[in-house]
Amino acid sequence: MSVPVSWYLMLSAALFAIGAAGALTRRNGISIFLLIELMLNAGNLALIAYARQWGTHTGQIIVFFVMAVAAAEAAIGLALFIAVYRHRRTIDVNRINLMRW
Amino acid sequence: MEIAIFAIFALLALGSSLVVVMHRNPVYSTMSLVVTLFSVAVLFVILGSPFIGALQVLIYTGAILVLFLFVIMLLNVTKEENTASTQKGQLGVAVLGAVIFGGLVLALFWSSHVPLDQMAPLSEELVSMKGLARVLFTEYLLPFEIVGLLLLVAVIGATVAARRPVLPDATSGLMPSDLVRTSPEEEPLP
Amino acid sequence: MTPNLIATGINIAVMLGFMLTVVPVMVWVERRGSALIQDRPGPNRLGPFGLIQPLADALKFMFKEDVTPNAVDKPLYLLAPALAIMPAMLTISVIPFGPDFVLNGVAYPLMITSAPAGVLLFLALGSLGVYSLVLAGYASNNKFSLMGAIRASAQMISYELALTMAVLAVVIPVGSFHLGDIVEYQRAHVWTFIPQILGFGVFLIASFAETNRLPFDLPEAESELVAGFHTEYSAMRFASFFMGEYMSMTSLSALGVTLYFGGWSLPGVHLDGLLGAIVGLLVLVAKIGVCMAVFVWVRWSFPRFRYDQLMRLGWKVLMPIAIVNLIAVSAMTLAGWL
Repeated sequence: MSVPVSWYLMLSAALFAIGAAGALTRRNGISIFLLIELMLNAGNLALIAYARQWGTHTGQIIVFFVMAVAAAEAAIGLALFIAVYRHRRTIDVNRINLMRW
Repeated sequence: MEIAIFAIFALLALGSSLVVVMHRNPVYSTMSLVVTLFSVAVLFVILGSPFIGALQVLIYTGAILVLFLFVIMLLNVTKEENTASTQKGQLGVAVLGAVIFGGLVLALFWSSHVPLDQMAPLSEELVSMKGLARVLFTEYLLPFEIVGLLLLVAVIGATVAARRPVLPDATSGLMPSDLVRTSPEEEPLP
Repeated sequence: MTPNLIATGINIAVMLGFMLTVVPVMVWVERRGSALIQDRPGPNRLGPFGLIQPLADALKFMFKEDVTPNAVDKPLYLLAPALAIMPAMLTISVIPFGPDFVLNGVAYPLMITSAPAGVLLFLALGSLGVYSLVLAGYASNNKFSLMGAIRASAQMISYELALTMAVLAVVIPVGSFHLGDIVEYQRAHVWTFIPQILGFGVFLIASFAETNRLPFDLPEAESELVAGFHTEYSAMRFASFFMGEYMSMTSLSALGVTLYFGGWSLPGVHLDGLLGAIVGLLVLVAKIGVCMAVFVWVRWSFPRFRYDQLMRLGWKVLMPIAIVNLIAVSAMTLAGWL
C-alpha cells in the first residue's frame, strides 16, 4: 500500500502554515527570509506530489523553475540586506521603516 | 516500507520547521532549515523525482543556505527577542498557523474533483531524467531561456547591491575612475 | 530482496574498509612525502620507515586531554567534527569499484547505490561539506575561527561551480549520470582526460579548493590564522577534522579517477566475476593512490593563495574555462567526434 497524495498535500499545507505564521511574526529580517524559503519548499512538495499523481512531468518542471527563481531571489535579497545593514546598522524590520535615512 | 520512510521524514520535516520558527538564534534556524530541506528532498525521491531531489540538496542546502549562513556571520546577527519568545506570543503564532493550515486544507478538500487517493504508478518515464529533459527542452524551452536570463540579472543585481557605496567628491564631480576601487589598503569585507 | 541486501552489505563493507584504511596510510604518506620534498628524514623511529607512526598518532589523539572552552556554542561545537566525516562517507557510495558481478543471471553492480543520477548525487552530498567548517568557525567564539569559516564558505561554494561544470562536460558524450555507464563509455572509447584536458585541469584545481588543501587552504591557514576554523579543537575532535579532510580528498579523487581516468578499468583487461572485482578494486585503489600522491606533492610545493587571488581565480579564470570546455565538448559530441 502506498502513501496517498492527500497526505503529502497536508504535509505541504502544514509546512506552509508554519512558515507563514513564522514569517509574519518574526522581527529579524534574515529569519523572515529563511521562512520564505520554507514556504517555497512547501509549494514545491505539493507540485511534486501532483506530478506523481498525474504521472506527468509538468510539476517537476515547475519545481525546477521555482528553485532557480528562489535562488535568484535569495541572492538579491541577501545583497539588499547587506546594503541596508551598511546604512542602518540593524536588520530589525521594525526599525527599517523610514524611506529616508 | 514507503509509509515508514514517509512517516519518518515527514515528522522530521515538521519538527525541524517548528525549530526554524521558534528558535531565537538565526544560525540554529538555518541549520534546522537544512534538516527540513533534506527531509523534503528525501520525500521528492520517494515521490518519483530523484533528479529534483538531488537538485534540491545541491541548490538549497548546498548553496542558498550556505549563503544565508555567510550573511548571518558577516552581519553578526545575534539572538533576537521575537514574538514567539513570550507565552502570549507563542499562542498567537500557533493560532495564526492553525488558521492558515485550516484554510489550506479546506480549500484542498472542497475544490478537488479528483479523488485524492489515486496515484499514477512509478513508471520509468516519470523517474528518468531523459523524460524530464525531453519535456524541458521542447515544451518549456522559452521559460528555460528566460530563467537563464533571470539568473544573469540576479548575479549582476546582487553584485551591484552589495558593493561598497561610492561617494562622489563634491569638488571634482564623478569621474569614471572613481567608480573603480583602486586603493589596495582599503580592506574589503572578509 | 535478500540477495540485494547482502550485495549492498558487502559493497558497504568494502568501501567502508577502504575509507577507514586510507586515513592512517595518508598520515604516513603525508609525513614521509613532505620529508622527502623538504630533504629531511621524516618519521623513522617507530618501526621500519616509520610505518607504526600513524598508530602512535591515533593513540596520542585518543589519550590527549579534550579541552572544551567555556564560551563556545556547545551543540554546534560538538556537531561540527561529526559533520566533517559525513559528506565524504556519503559520497563514496556512488563510486563503482568493479564490473557488474553476475550471479545466477542477476547482475549486481559493485557500488553501494546504483542510482541513475549518480554524479548528481555525488555533487549534492559533497556540497554539504561546507557546513562542518562553517559551524566549527562560528561555534568557536573566536575571531580567527570566524574569519576562517567565512572564507571557507565563500571559497567552497565558488569552486563548486567550476567543479560542477567540468563534471557536466564529462557527462555530455556519455549521455548518462550513472558512474558505471561513464566507466563503460571510457572502456569502449578513450579515457576522458585526453579529449577533455581543459576540463580535467579545471577539475584538478577545483578539487584542491574543495578539500581546502594547499594552495587553497586559507580557512586553516597555519601561519596566518593560528589554525583557522579548528583553533579551539583538541585531541579527538581535531583528529575528526583531519580524518574528514583525508576522506573527502579520497572521495573526490575517486570521482576524478572514475570520470577522467577510466575508474576501475584498465585498457585491454576484461575480467569477470570475483577475479574481475578484485582486480577492479586494486586498480581503482592504485589510481586513487596516485591522485593522493599528487595532492601531497602539490601541498608541499606551492605557496598559499591570498584570499582575493583565490576568489578571482575561481570566478574569473576557472569558470570561463569550464564554460568554454562545456561548449567545446557539446560541439564535438554533436559533430560525432566523441
